[in-house]
Amino acid sequence: MSKAGTLIAVAMLAAGCAGLGASANDGPNVLTTMGFGLPDEHATARVGLFRQKYPGIDLRITEGAFDEQQFLSAVASGEPPDLVYADRVKLGGFAARGAVQPIDECVRRHRVDLSVFRSAALRQVTVDGHTYGLPDFATVKLLIINNPPVRAAGIDPAGMSATDWALLAAQTSTLTESGGGRLRRIGFDPKLPDFVPLWAKANGADLISPDGRRAMLDDPKVVEMLRYTTDLVKAQAPWASFKAFKDGFDEFGAGNQYAKDQLAAMPMDSFYINTLATNSPDVDVTVKPFTDRAGNAFTELGGQAWAIPRGAAHPEQACDFLVTMTAKDAWVTAAKARRDGLAAKGRPYGGTFTANRDADDEIFSAVYRPNGNRIIEQGVPVVLSLQEKAFTLPPSPAAPDLIRAWRSAAVRVLNGQQTAEQALADAQREADLALRRVIGR
Amino acid sequence: MLFTAGPMVFSLYLSLTRYDMLKPASYVGMDNYRELISDPKVATALYNTLFFTFLHVPLQIVLALGLASLLRRAGRASGFFRTVLYLPVMTPPVALAAMFLLLLNGQTGAINELLGWFGFTGPNWTTDPVWVKPGLVVMSLWTVGSTAIIYLAALSRVPGELYEAARLDGASPWRQFWHITLPGISGTIYFTVVVNTIASLQTFTEAYAMFFGNSETADSQGDSALFYVIYLFQQAFSSLRMGYASALGWALFVVIAVITVIQVRVSRRLVHYESEPR
Repeated sequence: MSKAGTLIAVAMLAAGCAGLGASANDGPNVLTTMGFGLPDEHATARVGLFRQKYPGIDLRITEGAFDEQQFLSAVASGEPPDLVYADRVKLGGFAARGAVQPIDECVRRHRVDLSVFRSAALRQVTVDGHTYGLPDFATVKLLIINNPPVRAAGIDPAGMSATDWALLAAQTSTLTESGGGRLRRIGFDPKLPDFVPLWAKANGADLISPDGRRAMLDDPKVVEMLRYTTDLVKAQAPWASFKAFKDGFDEFGAGNQYAKDQLAAMPMDSFYINTLATNSPDVDVTVKPFTDRAGNAFTELGGQAWAIPRGAAHPEQACDFLVTMTAKDAWVTAAKARRDGLAAKGRPYGGTFTANRDADDEIFSAVYRPNGNRIIEQGVPVVLSLQEKAFTLPPSPAAPDLIRAWRSAAVRVLNGQQTAEQALADAQREADLALRRVIGR
Repeated sequence: MLFTAGPMVFSLYLSLTRYDMLKPASYVGMDNYRELISDPKVATALYNTLFFTFLHVPLQIVLALGLASLLRRAGRASGFFRTVLYLPVMTPPVALAAMFLLLLNGQTGAINELLGWFGFTGPNWTTDPVWVKPGLVVMSLWTVGSTAIIYLAALSRVPGELYEAARLDGASPWRQFWHITLPGISGTIYFTVVVNTIASLQTFTEAYAMFFGNSETADSQGDSALFYVIYLFQQAFSSLRMGYASALGWALFVVIAVITVIQVRVSRRLVHYESEPR
């Protein structure tokens, strides 16, 4: 082969390997998604509704959890999916960095009434006054108390709360059980480092400024919170033993920590009510709102959102999809399908918690079917009462770094490597540096 | 050449830029290299990686050599044991990590249960910062079979008449091992030391899956499992600092090159090749 021929062959090989051929996105009616799956009726029924409404669109769902690396690489390469489904904290950060595009025009075209979405959820997808996605599910955090061990210790579960920190520490000490050098029961698990933002808010502090451009990790109230919560853990057992004991829980099974009396109380995400109701319907628990130090009920709202990546090939069809998926009628259809699916297995339906207020109103008035399950009947009203009392972390362009900074700080204190003051001072420095890098502040 | 040198040259260029994948790269000179020298996380990650390497490589070599010696005496059953020994190597690393997360649990894990039978109270392997790295070393020995198979092949090539002569001269088994076996397979040992060292310095999958792959375990052990490549990955794909991550990659390349050069120099005195004149 001549030199020129060899060069052409190498170039052709390189071009082929570099993916210059036609991709799925190139089809005019092909719509691709990332980060979404079809695990239950909530997904399948809504997708079915979209396919029915837009029969000309070839929807291709690549099932799997959201992968940040995969997503950003796809955006950077100029071949992103048409839609992305991810945790709102992450999407807010991507919006702030320009990895997803504003959908203001889409919202206008479909006359979407944004006021039907829970304000905290909408706040997470709004950056500089522009909407970057539509919120999907909504979860809240609340307190779940294991009644038998609490009552056995002479404590009224209804009176147990996170309001009086000194009292909670005393109750925790009473409820904790150890034996043979090992922890047998956790009295109260503050869920560190995951629930640091919730505890900070309970003590009247925010970790990030409302515009997402300033970290406030060394605020004395945050320091006080971290000192208290880490002491609460360390008073029960060294962190290494505490964490290892927790890691041994069969959290999503019939032998979970409530059923096996391994835990007396903890704050938890609302989805766990349905988990308990399904896996161990006979556990005797009290579900209560989490409270701040003044006794006011409040919570942290979480969940996912749909957004359109920058450079998406079919933004208009993507817009049709995300509007359909988050609309009231789609949620109600999905809720009915879910209820019927669970009923076929003889299970109760504890409702579907969405970020769409209108959808929730309809679901909990017409579809909800607890079938006498005590955990659901007690827990669901608490969840519903909390949804409008929720705060969220504001979207920040340095969100992953900020979250990592306070999580690591909490663990350093738990491990006894640093005091709360030292750890949060270091975390503040890390956060400032990360923000400076991203926004040049 | 196209697929190896190309990305390497491009990453060298990226290491001199600030690049977040979403906006065009901007040239920052040696800033990324200056930053990595003063970044305390780099020092932590490097310490963790070297600690793991210096513990893992000798243990892997000794254990593999011991297993290969036993296998050699297995006679006709050798084929069966060879297969059994190699099977664990085929376990996917993520499955391995999930399995060892359960086995190494300080409160309920089977390894501490086993230690308990002999009167020992095992540590919290997965949650105590002091024991996280030794725990990872224990897990890494799961794949000792691949090195053992290489040693078995090397042992079979050591001439039998040398042992015969040594036995006639009254040499003990230990002296035979020290003066015949070790020199006989020193080239193979050298090869496995170099390859295992490079692989250890690039350790990622198992530690990432165990300690950084989900929110339940993420950060739970502080920075004690923060290996160098994990930190590089976090900087690249979580903080979107492709320039800094590229600089970290090149710094690791230099560290590996220096360690390998030292190993090459040391090997000149210790490794015996059959073709060399005596």
